[in-house]
Amino acid sequence: MNWQVIKAIVRRDLLAVSRSKGTLLPLILVPLIFMFLLPAGLGYFTPALSDMPGANMPDMAQFLDLLPREAMAEFETYSTDQLMIVFMLVYMLAPMFLIIPLMVATVIASDSFAGEKERKTLEALIYTPTTDMELFTGKLLSAWVPALVVSLVGFVLYGLTTNIAAWPTMGQIFFPNITWIVLVFWVAPATAAVGLGATVIVSSKANSAQDANQIAALVVLPIVALVIAQATGVMYFGTLITLILGVVFWVIAGVLLWIGVRTFRRSEIIARY
Amino acid sequence: MDKSPVIATQGLTRQFGDITAVDHLDLEVYPGEVLGFLGHNGSGKTTTVRLLNGVLTPTAGTAAVLGLDPTTAGAELRRRTGVLTETPSVDERLTAYENLSIYAELYSMPKDQIDHRVGELLTQFQLADRADDRVSGYSKGMKQRLALARAILHSPELLFLDEPTSGLDPVTTRMVHTLIRDLSGKNGRTVFLCTHNLDEAQRLCDRVAVLEFGRMVALGTPNELARNLWQGLRLELETSLEHVNATVKILRELTGARDIAQAEAQPVVTLSLSKRDLVPQLVNKLVETGIPLYRLTPQEPTLEDVYFALHEKEEAKV
Ligand SMILES: Nc1ncnc2c1ncn2[C@@H]1O[C@H](COP(=O)(O)OP(=O)(O)OP(=O)(O)O)[C@@H](O)[C@H]1O
Ligand SMILES: [Mg+2]
Repeated sequence: MNWQVIKAIVRRDLLAVSRSKGTLLPLILVPLIFMFLLPAGLGYFTPALSDMPGANMPDMAQFLDLLPREAMAEFETYSTDQLMIVFMLVYMLAPMFLIIPLMVATVIASDSFAGEKERKTLEALIYTPTTDMELFTGKLLSAWVPALVVSLVGFVLYGLTTNIAAWPTMGQIFFPNITWIVLVFWVAPATAAVGLGATVIVSSKANSAQDANQIAALVVLPIVALVIAQATGVMYFGTLITLILGVVFWVIAGVLLWIGVRTFRRSEIIARY
Repeated sequence: MDKSPVIATQGLTRQFGDITAVDHLDLEVYPGEVLGFLGHNGSGKTTTVRLLNGVLTPTAGTAAVLGLDPTTAGAELRRRTGVLTETPSVDERLTAYENLSIYAELYSMPKDQIDHRVGELLTQFQLADRADDRVSGYSKGMKQRLALARAILHSPELLFLDEPTSGLDPVTTRMVHTLIRDLSGKNGRTVFLCTHNLDEAQRLCDRVAVLEFGRMVALGTPNELARNLWQGLRLELETSLEHVNATVKILRELTGARDIAQAEAQPVVTLSLSKRDLVPQLVNKLVETGIPLYRLTPQEPTLEDVYFALHEKEEAKV
């Protein structure tokens, strides 16, 4: 593997992505909504919401029952409003964060795998002295690295937003906790890899970046399931569960990418054209 | 030729389902040669280029290109070949400069040489003043020139050009022809030229291979092919100015005559006959109609004559 060549492939794909509005827009808008607008709104308005007559707020006692023992001590000092904010911003929205790496990975990979076929630029690229593995690695990295960078930026943005927006109620820095650190540095990279694997497989059949992205975007469903599971108390995102979730995602990503790399042989791609 | 071949194939075959795109191709191409690869749409030209560069695997047969086996040493081989694909396949979102400099990196060109080489090519292909504009705003001819620049970026020993002049204006076409001549003449590069353009093949190619339904039906210099393969005759005839239109009309009605062209402001008409036996018939018809015939001279056959004859023969077989 020649890393100079892989770097050139990454540079090429990222230059192309940065110049397509259709690709760039979701990469900016989605993190802005989930990592800024949502926590800002929730952090600021949650206490007001809970005071509203007829507000259907989750049962705090039930939530507290689910909390790990070590967290209990910390939570005893919180008022009901503060508890509500911690519940919303630290726990409820945690699985939602995974949408960021997933979305970035599928959007860029659709453009770089299926989109490349659509634009017919692959035709010239396959005549370069790159090996199939170098091409594949370059294309994976050009989606995976931005997914990690955007996740990290989103995480920092989220941290600033929550702490600032909820300051009037909290009066202290309460974000992040260990679970979030695990989420950002262990689960998010795995989630991005799952999205990549799915996109590579879909792209080998799809004829346009848009088709590929629409189908690959279905992998967001398990994430939505996680959000619901947590909100309804079926599953609670403790540190251990989060660590295990990461392992599961890495395994799934491994399987998908293993299938994906077998579809990515230039002689096969050309024969399917 | 005593030099060892740049390309040598034996029974090279590729099938797609029921279609045999390339059918037992036996071909040798020698260093410094411009080989014309002629064939109608779907005859297997592009598939052959893919097989010879190791981006498609053959169903049967073998190939050695620059002494390497494309199926096992594809990457190493592609370092030394350049390919102009059928569609320009340039990155529309990137600038011309970026298109070339990124490919230079893909060919592992030393960093300090990239700028110089890219600048040189941009100037040579008249793209220097638009080098930093995105390619999406380029004309078809500009994209094709960029694709050509990219194909020769790493100074390949063997260059494949897949229909390099289709859709280009005469000025750009001439530029491409000059480039091909310079590459093979001055620089000793070998050129594998896929084309539909018979005139182009006749003027540029040392030898021509004719492909029909994946099979090579003829191989030789344009003149050899014309002499050996064509039973017909190319003629130039002279009549008087007032009779020239009537002459053309009669010739058009004659089966076996084609490629009838009238010289400008001269009472001269050229045509191709598919058989020599048609000559007496032609003369009779003209004389019967009272058309004066001052001169009837045979001409060198063109590649087009050969090509049509071959094509008709193959069509008759299926
Ligand atoms: N990937 C593929 N899948 C199925 N059939 C194919 C594929 N590639 C080529 N063919 C078939 O193989 C035959 C040869 O195609 P090829 O593209 O090599 O012809 P060509 O001589 O380059 O034609 P053109 O002048 O139109 O470019 C055609 O019948 C074509 O339909
Ligand atoms: Mg072709």
